Amino acid sequence: MMNSVILSRRRVLAGAGALVVSFGAAHAIGQEGNTAQDMQSGARVSPPAPLPGSLKDAPLLDSWIRIDGDGGITVFTGKVELGQGIKTSLLQVAAEQLSVPLQALKLQTADTALTPNEGFTAGSHSMQDSGTAIMHAAAQSRIILVGEAGRRLGLPPDQLEAKDGFVQAPDGRKLSYGELVSEQILHVRAQPSSPLKHPNSFSVMNTPVRRADIPAMVTGAPAYVQDMRPPGMVHARVVRPPSYEAQLVSVDSEAVENAPGVLKVVRDGNFLAVIAVSEYQAVKAMRLLAAAARWDEKSALPRLSDLPNAILSLPSQDSEILRQGQPESSSGGRKLEAKYTKPYHSHGSIGPSCAIAEASGDQVTVWTHTQGVFPDRDAIAGMLHLPKENVRCIHAEGSGCYGHNGADDAAGDAALIARAYPNVPVRVQWMREQEHAWEPYGPAMVTHLAASLGDDGSIRDWQHEVWSNTHSMRPGGAGALLAAQHMADRVPAPPPKPLPLPEGGGDRNAIPLYKFPNARVVHHFLPAMPLRVSALRALGAYMNVFSIESFMDELAEAVGTDSVEFRLKHLEDQRARDTVAKAAEKFNWSAFQKRAGRGRGFGFARYKNLAAYCAIAAEVEVDRDSGRAKLVRAVAAVDSGQIVNPDGLVNQVEGAILQSTSWTLYESVSFDDTRITSIDWATYPIMRFAQVPESIEVHLINRPGQPFLGAGETAQGPAAGAVANAVAHAIGKRIRDLPLSGERIRQASM
Amino acid sequence: MIKLTVNGHEHELETEPDTPLLYVLRDELALSGAKFGCGLGQCGACTVMLDGKAVFSCLTPLLLAAGKNVTTVEGLGTLEAPGPLQRAFIEEQAAQCGYCIAGMMMRAQALLVKNSSPTDAEIRAAMEPNLCRCGTHMRILRAIKRAAALIKTADAGAAGRARP
Repeated sequence: MMNSVILSRRRVLAGAGALVVSFGAAHAIGQEGNTAQDMQSGARVSPPAPLPGSLKDAPLLDSWIRIDGDGGITVFTGKVELGQGIKTSLLQVAAEQLSVPLQALKLQTADTALTPNEGFTAGSHSMQDSGTAIMHAAAQSRIILVGEAGRRLGLPPDQLEAKDGFVQAPDGRKLSYGELVSEQILHVRAQPSSPLKHPNSFSVMNTPVRRADIPAMVTGAPAYVQDMRPPGMVHARVVRPPSYEAQLVSVDSEAVENAPGVLKVVRDGNFLAVIAVSEYQAVKAMRLLAAAARWDEKSALPRLSDLPNAILSLPSQDSEILRQGQPESSSGGRKLEAKYTKPYHSHGSIGPSCAIAEASGDQVTVWTHTQGVFPDRDAIAGMLHLPKENVRCIHAEGSGCYGHNGADDAAGDAALIARAYPNVPVRVQWMREQEHAWEPYGPAMVTHLAASLGDDGSIRDWQHEVWSNTHSMRPGGAGALLAAQHMADRVPAPPPKPLPLPEGGGDRNAIPLYKFPNARVVHHFLPAMPLRVSALRALGAYMNVFSIESFMDELAEAVGTDSVEFRLKHLEDQRARDTVAKAAEKFNWSAFQKRAGRGRGFGFARYKNLAAYCAIAAEVEVDRDSGRAKLVRAVAAVDSGQIVNPDGLVNQVEGAILQSTSWTLYESVSFDDTRITSIDWATYPIMRFAQVPESIEVHLINRPGQPFLGAGETAQGPAAGAVANAVAHAIGKRIRDLPLSGERIRQASM
Repeated sequence: MIKLTVNGHEHELETEPDTPLLYVLRDELALSGAKFGCGLGQCGACTVMLDGKAVFSCLTPLLLAAGKNVTTVEGLGTLEAPGPLQRAFIEEQAAQCGYCIAGMMMRAQALLVKNSSPTDAEIRAAMEPNLCRCGTHMRILRAIKRAAALIKTADAGAAGRARP
């Protein structure tokens, strides 16, 4: 939680003097030694309180905001742009709190040599962590500059106004930020609270500022790591093993080495790659090399047709994550239970993963679309047995990833190949089948829910069990990288760990926000991973919310209560109730007329029970002959606290609804006993324009001055619940196995 | 030697004739708009126009493009002076990661060249070969509608001006 204090302008300015004094104390101590440690000792002057957002880990203001003598302002973030629009929204926050025009700011995103280490850009944390840090750093920087102007002009700070990059006095004198700044002035430790601007005065935050990066995308200007062409760059392609356990028996690479443009064949254990002058020469050489390689494969994959039982038969580490009242003890009352299943899902990035690396001596630089330049740097350094300082990872945008896709692996590939072919930049891009076959999937999961109902038609007892692999095998250790797993000096994948609550992994959102007198939730963590898995947007929340929301509808139907009313009956949180009510109202829920082949459904969750609230009402249509379902329309309501960019938020939620609908209705990773068989868009179909709904409405509930609540993943679960409930309403039967495919719907309808 | 006209500029290329047009555009002509997505004609990220028709540049060998007119997203306007389709995509904020967008736009441009007033159903049908994973579809559809209107306005303006 951030310690935001919303003050009136008068109180802000009145308080500024006091803040400047305390900054001054820390500043003086800091200047003696000029080190962060001295800053830490400076903090003893005012006892340390938790700093907001990522300031906790990078407490110096100039880690976030730097102002040059010429007035140029750079905002630093350890987060990265993934298509979620943070390059724009983070600057909105900074511009607002610094009182400068948006156009005056530059943003530096994650680079291990330049920015704070904010770990991964994941879990809908960018605004909560980085946005909060930048907001406070900007506000505190503004106050320091106002204080400095007051000192120079001989006026109390409360008579001065910061505006458009200047501090102005009532008599017309003004000083620019560039004039006011000196080398050390922002090199001070942040304070726990800041004189934030009052939301009523916002002119940049809570406005639909257009994204700064879209013009380049629509004119073909280089916008992605895939588009970089540093001088002298050569192209590489990897030949991946045909299956997880395959061992390279032999490869006769002579013909490949003599192929046009080929510069080098790289073999290191099971790692095989080829470097060529041009990209298509590399592609052709890769095909030759693949044909020349002989592999020994093992049949080690579970039976796809029996996947839920294969999941349930894996050894598990069980933990009870909620026990309330006296679960399982309730006697009498109507009891219901249900088992839900989810297959493996692909991230399915449209652009296969790509990276560029250059090795020079014992230094390596990697341009990568990873979600975490620092952990990726650590993994690459570990793989290459280099000190961390010798590896620099610079973020460059890629195709949307929606979690841990092949980005880190491609960076590892590029680094390993570049070490074998030093002093020129080496670009590696994966092929479509490599991305589909080797990306770490969103894990298959099983849930079992049971409940008993009281005479008043409310839930007396609630049980939820979830079986799942980990939802993060992200780097940090070298063993997370495919290249490290495949090289001769192989580093095995690290043992998987469950992600701790309150965020959780497989158990994310397994604890319902609904209130029941008796409840029990158990997480069965499955360490063995038949398929390579890691983080996919929303992690376990997608499946847990799908299960909870499906089951809530089954229970509502059992007691003959409207499903929105039934949810409200079990919701105490007022913001949750507001969100549910808003979606129902805008959908015109109570006036819905059922038609043949059509159905409506509702879904709700608060992401992780601590981020944004999202409620969705959906209408689907089911084709009688094929059984295929299609989303017709969806109406969402979202409360993500203080809104920064309303259009960016709507764009994220619209996208989340379509993506989740695609997962829910159409998607499933397939495999035989040895190999992944869903290796392209024909074998792993996703939503196409023919399945795109007629309309999506997103209604925002702004909460001025409240903390930012991450919203990038909040719709994944509610959309799945709403769509599944609408399918059940349309066909009069409940399908509990994902995806709700045409075949399953046809069979259920028979 | 293969001759190719790209966005109105003629090029003479020594490239091997089996090379897909996509690699020629990206690696030899340094045009970044068309993207590699699948290499299989399944996603449309590589879509460009060949003599006014939308094609998968990842599947079109250079030889088949010889002597023809290629239009890429760079041919629709510039950062400083974006064309109507580009303006429409900016105004609708019709992108998230944006990787699919250049291909979407070239598919849409080919439709608008043929049919200046497409219905919603016609737009959806025309866009079927192209995939978006971020779920930006609603905005893409709106942007294409908006572009059709913008092009009409521009045409009307041009028609109204005196011509030499």
